[in-house]
Amino acid sequence: MKRESRQKVRESLVSFPSLFWLSLFFIVPTLFVFAIALKPANPYGGIGSGWTWDNLRSLVNPNYLAVAWRTLWISVLSAAVCIVLATPIGYYLARVTARWKGFFLMLIIVPFWTNFLIRIFAWKVLLHPEGAIKKALAFSGLIGPQTSLLYNAGAVVLVTVYTFLPFTILPIYAAAEKFDFQLLEAARDLGAKRLQAFAKVFLPGIRRGLITAVLFVFIPALGSYVIPDIVGGPSGEMIGNKIAQRVFVDRNLPQASALSIVLILSVLAPLVTVLVLQRKRDKPESLL
Amino acid sequence: MSEFLEFRNVSKRFGAIQAVDGVSLGIKKGEFFSLLGPSGCGKTTMLRLAAGFEYPDTGQVILDGADITDLSPNKRKVNTIFQSYALFPHLNVWENIAFGLRVAKRSKRDIETEVEAMLRLIRMGDQAGKKPDQLSGGQKQRVAIARALINKPQVLLLDEPLAALDLKLRQRMLIELDMIHDQVGITFLYVTHDQGEAMSLSDRIAVMDSGRIEQVGSPAEIYETPRTSFVAAFIGDTNFLEGEVTGLVESEYCQVKIADIPGVICFNDKSMKPGNPVYLSIRPEKIHISRDRPEESRLRNIVPAVVEDMIYLGSTTKYWVRTHGLRVQVLRQHFRFFLDEKPIRWNDDVWIWWHGDDGFMLDRYRAVDEHLVALPPRKVGEPEDNNEKP
Ligand SMILES: Nc1ncnc2c1ncn2[C@@H]1O[C@H](COP(=O)(O)OP(=O)(O)O)[C@@H](O)[C@H]1O
Ligand SMILES: [Mg+2]
Repeated sequence: MKRESRQKVRESLVSFPSLFWLSLFFIVPTLFVFAIALKPANPYGGIGSGWTWDNLRSLVNPNYLAVAWRTLWISVLSAAVCIVLATPIGYYLARVTARWKGFFLMLIIVPFWTNFLIRIFAWKVLLHPEGAIKKALAFSGLIGPQTSLLYNAGAVVLVTVYTFLPFTILPIYAAAEKFDFQLLEAARDLGAKRLQAFAKVFLPGIRRGLITAVLFVFIPALGSYVIPDIVGGPSGEMIGNKIAQRVFVDRNLPQASALSIVLILSVLAPLVTVLVLQRKRDKPESLL
Repeated sequence: MSEFLEFRNVSKRFGAIQAVDGVSLGIKKGEFFSLLGPSGCGKTTMLRLAAGFEYPDTGQVILDGADITDLSPNKRKVNTIFQSYALFPHLNVWENIAFGLRVAKRSKRDIETEVEAMLRLIRMGDQAGKKPDQLSGGQKQRVAIARALINKPQVLLLDEPLAALDLKLRQRMLIELDMIHDQVGITFLYVTHDQGEAMSLSDRIAVMDSGRIEQVGSPAEIYETPRTSFVAAFIGDTNFLEGEVTGLVESEYCQVKIADIPGVICFNDKSMKPGNPVYLSIRPEKIHISRDRPEESRLRNIVPAVVEDMIYLGSTTKYWVRTHGLRVQVLRQHFRFFLDEKPIRWNDDVWIWWHGDDGFMLDRYRAVDEHLVALPPRKVGEPEDNNEKP
């Protein structure tokens, strides 16, 4: 017992530097944002004196609600598509021989050698009305000649999935690598079909990897700014774009802060829920 | 009775390794059948072929008259106890046992009654809510058995199920396995490299080596009349004495010259003729040892020897004696303890003797099997052992 508590003390000592870092560069600035959201704006793009609820109140506005809703569904859809693609990829990565494993992991990591912005601009070129993809699809009759591939929410989902897929594959692969594949044989042995074994044994077995993967897409997607800015157009706008407009176009920092708070809270909510749930599940029953 | 589970000329190759090499084997209904052999001889591969995790390159697997060679594992009425148990870590004991019934979409009531019955069979009713990582090795083992048996398989496949347990637990699980086999009455195909396990549990044993079956028979048959020198060496200890047939005695026996011991009498079950080279195998416990010369008797071989080494084993003592340049193991059971009897000691002159029926003649064992013949350490400067190549 005593030894355990000493161990705890030592562990918290170890985590002190990261705690310090986190509070200096994350918690304190966030508190600033909260404070600014409660300040009035002044006409010169600065912060006025006194306190007000107006910024927060003005958020209840159909325009914002539509953007918030779009932000949510784009993030959920992107996360879902990423998981659906990354799970079988992670499974096969864990099962192929070591040589192929290295090769495929290379393929996943190679795109990072090119700058993120350049890759998104490349998508813009690809999806452009005069681009190859558009022309090929229109030629084959799969889409009408007037259909636009660029500047809509679909383009945002596509590029978000493209950007974050590696970040979902890696945690799923890491979890699958630790998975005991004999369990799948056991499930098949007991009468489960291939897919049943996959759903009832493999997916629960890589649960932690899946949760991490979801958070790795969902949270950055919620705060997306660059991707919708480049390929989204007005019909693909997300909260991040609105915040940028308030800062750069309207020069209204308090308004931007109010929007940011909504974003921060909506990022923290799923994170905290997941952490609490995970903690509850992983606690052995004997301790309860 | 006809064969229930049958391998017909089955072969399986992994790259350069021929894991199973043309095996034909029949297992009867309700039998406790063991595959026994050294590690890497292809036992697990045989089980995986029966379970459907591997498909043979050639040959067929027949279950209850139907060809199941190409059937997928979930469609076979066989279940496996894996060497590592392979319990589902995210499910508790109850859910692990219920798994098979759930995927079979059985009714909730059925599942409950059958799982409860299984929990009673393995005496773990009070542990139903525990997760596998909270169980001891023996408990995991029992859950694995229950999880497999609840599907009412026609054959239960067990891959070295006791290998991961400590000695005491292993002995208890041996008894338990035996009881479960008696209670459920289904066919068990049991894989082990431990001859003790195979001997004590099995109705019949198949001894395997390098992907082939060396011999099939009851434990007693395999022990008493091994057909090959591999079997003789792998099952229990034995002495191998190399010699040559010099004559026949009463048609049933023959005389063998071993080293310079003349006229060793041996039962001639292989119809050897004078001039044939043979290998005589005699189990250490079949050889008697004493200080006094025993009475001459028909078919009794009596040889003088010198004690070189001895190990006291509690209920028995093991002696290594030298006679005519040969080193021979003798195992002596302690029947009585005579205070006035002078015990046999190191360097004593003794007599060893055995009955002509107790030795059996074999072909010479192959060079690759030499590691199986447990050689006692040889003293420096001594002549070659009897077990070495001439
Ligand atoms: N999937 C596999 N790939 C390659 N070699 C294998 C595979 N499975 C088994 N082997 C080889 O086949 C031989 C027999 O293996 P196995 O059946 O597991 O033996 P045992 O269970 O008797 O120890 C061994 O040499 C083993 O290395
Ligand atoms: Mg094995």
